[in-house]
Amino acid sequence: MKADPRGVLTGVHFIDGDHACCEGALAAGARFASGYPITPSTEIVERFASRVPTVGGIFIQMEDELAASITLQGAVWGGAKAFTVTSGPGFSLMMEHIGYAAMTETPCVFVDVQRGGPSTGLPTLPAQADMMQARWGSHGDYQIIALCPNSPQECFDLTIRAFNLAEEFRVPVMFMMDEVVGHMTEKVVIPSADEIEIVPRRHTHKPAQEYWPYETNGDMVPEIAHAGEGYKFHITGLTHDHRGYPNMTPPMQDKLVRRLQNKVRNAVERITLYEAEGLEDADVVVISYGITSRVAQRAIELARAEGLGVGKFRLITAWPFPEHKIRELAPRVKALVVPELNLGQMVREVERAAAGECRVLAVPHAGGSVHHPEDIVKVIVEASR
Amino acid sequence: MSATATNPVEPFLRMDRIPHIWCPGCGIGTTVNCFTRALIDSKIDLESLALVSGIGCTGRVAGYVKLDSFHTTHGRAIPFATGLKLANPKLNVIVYSGDGDLSAIGGNHLIHAARRNIDLKVICVNNLTYAMTGGQSAPTTPEHAITATSPYGAFEPSFNLPHLVDASGAVYVARWTTFHVRQLARSIAEIFKKKGFCFIEVLSPCPTLYQRRNKMGDGLDTMKFYKEKSKVKNGASTSEVGLTINGEIIVGKFVDRDRPDYGSLMKAQFLEALGDRYVDCMETVCS
Repeated sequence: MKADPRGVLTGVHFIDGDHACCEGALAAGARFASGYPITPSTEIVERFASRVPTVGGIFIQMEDELAASITLQGAVWGGAKAFTVTSGPGFSLMMEHIGYAAMTETPCVFVDVQRGGPSTGLPTLPAQADMMQARWGSHGDYQIIALCPNSPQECFDLTIRAFNLAEEFRVPVMFMMDEVVGHMTEKVVIPSADEIEIVPRRHTHKPAQEYWPYETNGDMVPEIAHAGEGYKFHITGLTHDHRGYPNMTPPMQDKLVRRLQNKVRNAVERITLYEAEGLEDADVVVISYGITSRVAQRAIELARAEGLGVGKFRLITAWPFPEHKIRELAPRVKALVVPELNLGQMVREVERAAAGECRVLAVPHAGGSVHHPEDIVKVIVEASR
Repeated sequence: MSATATNPVEPFLRMDRIPHIWCPGCGIGTTVNCFTRALIDSKIDLESLALVSGIGCTGRVAGYVKLDSFHTTHGRAIPFATGLKLANPKLNVIVYSGDGDLSAIGGNHLIHAARRNIDLKVICVNNLTYAMTGGQSAPTTPEHAITATSPYGAFEPSFNLPHLVDASGAVYVARWTTFHVRQLARSIAEIFKKKGFCFIEVLSPCPTLYQRRNKMGDGLDTMKFYKEKSKVKNGASTSEVGLTINGEIIVGKFVDRDRPDYGSLMKAQFLEALGDRYVDCMETVCS
């Protein structure tokens, strides 16, 4: 289906990543946001609060992130497309409700504009150190999807994709921005509504007497009903059967948790987005994501100017991790170089997927600024030897 | 009564989930009976009702009622219900949870929902303890009461819940005990019709933990205790209805006032500021 034109600000804009993310959410059909102010993410909901009364929707500023991260889920079960927006400390508070969304299969989007941590850390400066938290932060076994934009244009485009993936797989999608991407201003082209493809909610067509909320079809994603439609369904965060009733037995736990994992794992190739260039004759491939991919681009150009064979692999989908791609790549190269604004997070996934077939070299940075391209070049040179 | 007679509450329950988990003498089932009595008496459209619970013994109510029902996370029934109500204002949203869930871990949400005057109907079953986890002390535990985590007697001052929500802005505040089944059913039916943040506290026995540790007998003994100690004072000042371990229990409807709810205030403000640029979200949020 096509986007609702009321939410689409068609045109060429000069806006920052935070504002572009807000426009992406509106274009995707999000008409509900609950948030709590936190730098450097607040501009997203500030713009939403300003725009949404003229589009037809609701922004509510809650008393904390615990509330913000569950209020949006109530809105989803009421029938809305909904999201929340935060940064590190707030993201930490939201973890329980990411698990609730995973367990209850509530389609929704959590935006994390990453800043330096731990704790209050660097409120106004960038990091990419919430990448593992996005994947593993809530307790228990579950899967999420995480996307990493590297420009305001991608903040728009990929926010739409985040909502589409949330609806298709009924999972919470983590939109992993960083302070620099959030605050950099660039050209953003917003197409017309009829050029924007929207994945509709998997709403059931069954009559109430035949409907159970977690009865699954072939692709393991159940159909949803909303409150007030006469289905009289029950939802719980407890381990539950196809009826949504608590069933706390080892066999039910096994069946449910495996399905929550496999509905995403089995679709990894369909979900994965990446940007690759110059892999064919590369000795070294730089794997990066988010703002660091823009610095890596410069480093790759500098290294190539020195005659080195360097390829580029940019993760757009961080989770599920596209390990099949890295597994293909590893035996063909001398080394994979992984710069990121943390002291080693996604590089562990790269190492795991490469499985000893090539060297894997991290280019760590504790955050607060981006890398200097030369720091990445040095590691490329070392890796090329 | 013939052998085939059914209990009048059955049509409102998920009978395929009965028997329930509550202990003999527990009052939560009594409150559910009163709730279903209110559904019958008020003739409310069941399809317009949604019930949201948090975690704990009372949190399990959502699993037994045959309504759109949500068993959410600990303390967060109110913010979940807030999202549900705002996304679909046609819903009549009930929050049904316990004292620990609503006033300790969820205390911040309780006062802010009352302040905003979100159109929610909160039924708070107060058994003065954390029952599901084994009877630890709660913000409602009266001073000197013995609990698993106050083995020498509680000494923290406790919350007076009617006073807390009254001061925060609730438009309807009442307290009953599980002895007052008719009054409770009437109060519940009343809040179905009342717009804004409504709060009913229901004192309920936990014979397994609270009553046993405090040598207060079983469920029946607690009914006698409620009967003996309760005094109906409709319109009582909520500042004067605090509970003590053995003292008088003031019950009744304490607050019944009108002030515009969140949805009305939002609409009025946007209309004033934006005029005809404002798009009423009633039809668009859930398109």
